[in-house]
Amino acid sequence: MGLEEELRAKIERIKQGGPQRYRERAKAEGRLLVRERLERLLDPGFGIEDGLFADDTDEGNPADAVVTGLGKIHGRKVCYMANDPTVKAGSWGPKTVEKILRIQETAANLRLPLIYLVDSAGARITHQVDMFPGRRHAGRIFYNEVMLSGLVPQLCLLFGPSAAGGAYIPAFCDTVVMVEGRASMYLGSPRMAEMVIGEKTTLEEMGGARMHCEVSGCGDVLVYSDVEAIDFARRYLQYFPTHCEDFPPTFAAADPSKDPSELEHLIPTNQNAPFDMFELIERLVDADSFLEIKGLFAKELITGLARLGGRVIGIVASQPKVKGGVLFVDSADKGTRFIALCDAFNIPLLFLADVPGFMIGSKVERQGIIRHGAKMIYAVSEATVPKISVIVRKVYGAGLYAMCGPAYGTDATLALPTAYIAVMGPEAAVNAVYYKKIMELQGEERERFIQERREEYRQDIDLYKLASRLIVDAIVPSARLREELISRFEAYASKRAINPRKRHGVMPV
Amino acid sequence: MPTVTSPMAGTVAHVLVQRGDTVQVGQDVVILESMKMEIAVQADIGGRVRAVKVNTGEFVDEGSDLLELE
Repeated sequence: MGLEEELRAKIERIKQGGPQRYRERAKAEGRLLVRERLERLLDPGFGIEDGLFADDTDEGNPADAVVTGLGKIHGRKVCYMANDPTVKAGSWGPKTVEKILRIQETAANLRLPLIYLVDSAGARITHQVDMFPGRRHAGRIFYNEVMLSGLVPQLCLLFGPSAAGGAYIPAFCDTVVMVEGRASMYLGSPRMAEMVIGEKTTLEEMGGARMHCEVSGCGDVLVYSDVEAIDFARRYLQYFPTHCEDFPPTFAAADPSKDPSELEHLIPTNQNAPFDMFELIERLVDADSFLEIKGLFAKELITGLARLGGRVIGIVASQPKVKGGVLFVDSADKGTRFIALCDAFNIPLLFLADVPGFMIGSKVERQGIIRHGAKMIYAVSEATVPKISVIVRKVYGAGLYAMCGPAYGTDATLALPTAYIAVMGPEAAVNAVYYKKIMELQGEERERFIQERREEYRQDIDLYKLASRLIVDAIVPSARLREELISRFEAYASKRAINPRKRHGVMPV
Repeated sequence: MPTVTSPMAGTVAHVLVQRGDTVQVGQDVVILESMKMEIAVQADIGGRVRAVKVNTGEFVDEGSDLLELE
């Protein structure tokens, strides 16, 4: 066989991946093979692959179970790393690690997004001396992710396991997409849990995709197939610039899918009744542009990307239908992370606030709600992208701060006619200020006193009084909110705010 | 025993079901009052109500049992 022929044969063999039976099983289970995933992810035509011949020995593993290279998505270059689960269950050998390090270094040098298509049983323990502890070993992968974090978008698509150390690959990505029933992440396997701590549990219970997307918050988006994960990735990247010094791509504007003038009747004037914030969002953003992040986690706060008049924005919105829209530890975490993501990539922020405040009570105090809430306020303060806060209905106490109230470098605080801003609601306020007096009165007299004080309080915080003190920058008729926001985000596009120079803050965590 | 628990601390304002009723996943079963808001609690599991564990006006903490199902 000539040299050229020999090369072509080797290339073909390596690209097949692992043994036939594993490829067949994958197909039978509706899973795509690694190169099929890449074919669907990347635009046809342009493609570069490095390290195809890694571990190409007699007992070697094709490409050392990982494919790394460059491609394009909607015409823009990206880097990728994709485990091949048909080769030793996608486990990592020393060359696997080196290939990953190199594609990360490439992404940093070229300032390109990095997509991690993860499907791996973890490190090959037999090789651990050559891949765990050293300078250019597995730990360096996570160090590199941290260096890349906020420099370029890093997206993880989890198609199968990401075990033990491998679980840190998703952990350092901006956003993690998990395939239900297949994706899993855990530091110790159920087998290890039984052996080392005595716990009996299942993979799905302890580290399954749904658990991570609903309970732990380690997963951001739950999908139901390989195809859906890949299609999400292609869509997601269109909301991001290629790197942090660039701006997200703009699209043609599209009208919302529902009529914005319906907002006038949507928001209940009764401050204590629930309503569905998604109904408002649907009447505000360009049709089909809302891309929710962490939709199954801490549902009392909504976070997602969208377009307004073709311009990408990040939305942080109270959801009064869930737990009254009150902020808890998990919602504060969810908000913090999303605000940081948008600020990292020049995505302007829109806050839609209808929040009775942070939760109170001994349960949440013991969970540290003060420091978790402070964390969200920290993220809001640090963000230098254009920020608009819309007071939709009531906004009390530190809820005003967490939802980017006037003191937070906000470019505009807008109120709808239903807006209500106060340190706390009338009932709690009157109870606090007049407690002794109330206790001295009885029956009807007490009732009347309480009602009169509450009415006084309401008048004190009348929206027009606040506006006349310049607490809010404008009061906007609900039907005009969309137009107002489009104009303002256009105006604020040239914003350049700079925080004081320092090594970095000491963030409440 | 499968139970529907409270999502947050608050006071029971209304119990919408009684012993013997069949509830579906997602159905509103209890209204709480918390942080001055009306909070509808949905059943996250389905089944027949074996016992209602709370009375109107009672304080419940996050995670307290509201209904026992069978």
